[in-house]
Amino acid sequence: MPSSDIIVAVITTNKKKILFSGPPVFYAKTREEMEKTALLLSKTTMAMIHDLENECLVIVKH
Amino acid sequence: MENTNLLIFTSIIMGTFARIFMIRIDYRQYPSYPQSFVSHLILGFVAACLGSVVIPAFVSQDYSAVTFLALATSQFKDIRNMERQSLENLEDTELVMRGMAYIEDISKRFEARNYVAFITALFVCGISIVISNFFTLYLQIALSVVGGFCIILFLNKLMKADTIIDIAEVKEATINFKGPLMCVDDVVIMNIGHNVSKEILIEKAVAIMLYPNDVNSVATLANIGQRQAILHNLATQLGIRKDVDEPDFTPLARREPETGNIAIVVLAMNNNIDDMISATKKVPVLESSRRKPKKTS
Repeated sequence: MPSSDIIVAVITTNKKKILFSGPPVFYAKTREEMEKTALLLSKTTMAMIHDLENECLVIVKH
Repeated sequence: MENTNLLIFTSIIMGTFARIFMIRIDYRQYPSYPQSFVSHLILGFVAACLGSVVIPAFVSQDYSAVTFLALATSQFKDIRNMERQSLENLEDTELVMRGMAYIEDISKRFEARNYVAFITALFVCGISIVISNFFTLYLQIALSVVGGFCIILFLNKLMKADTIIDIAEVKEATINFKGPLMCVDDVVIMNIGHNVSKEILIEKAVAIMLYPNDVNSVATLANIGQRQAILHNLATQLGIRKDVDEPDFTPLARREPETGNIAIVVLAMNNNIDDMISATKKVPVLESSRRKPKKTS
């Protein structure tokens, strides 16, 4: 089955976790800020928030 | 000649009745009343007309009537294409898609129903001509109509699709979260990163587990098209809650690789587990997803 899933953005509270990134990366100071940014981005892009449990959230359009 | 016309007329009525008998307007709202209803009725009538003239044409030694059969098959193929195209066009407007397998299954079924109208008309006309030497005209018609009803019931029984209840057991299951991972019993369904969505899912979503009856059922339920058909039917019947910007609440079905069990989570307007189980049991088993590895020699 062809997959059209795309990572739209990455949001992190720890800049060191991201080395290179195709999609844009948003830095947040706190977990709350990260969640809020992720929610706003997901509503804007109609995509879904996934938690990587390493201080990063990714927004994926399925 | 007049008698033959009367017999053909009876066959057309019986063939059209066969098509009417098979039109269902239920929760699926397909064919949608009244436009599709009328068009399918007319197509059924055309199929019955084609079926009813074949035998009289042969009897009068008009062998070019064979071309009628070719015409009938191409006409029915067009019906399948028409259905497929129409459902494919609607697919983008569905919050929970039917999936290509379900669309193909529906189209094939519509095609087959026209064949039933055709065969019924052919059969009714055939009977009345065969028995024409033994009975009076009215008795001929009466007997062929009875025969027509029998063939309609027989073909309907023959074409009746299995449903999920025939291939699997459906039981309630529990939703739990392991970190961001939403699980049903032990099957991981999806990574949900948004905490509010998690809370809503824990509070309102319902889950079921399908336990396949045998190896054949395991293979059938592994088909993605079959699972999508289940999800679509559940969304249609229970009332979908999500909107386009809420992918977190999309109904999902995942397979447990060890056992072949299927875990399903749905967040619907009606979160009654009994309704969900009974809706799942009635989902048809798609012709294209049916597998029978047990029959391998």
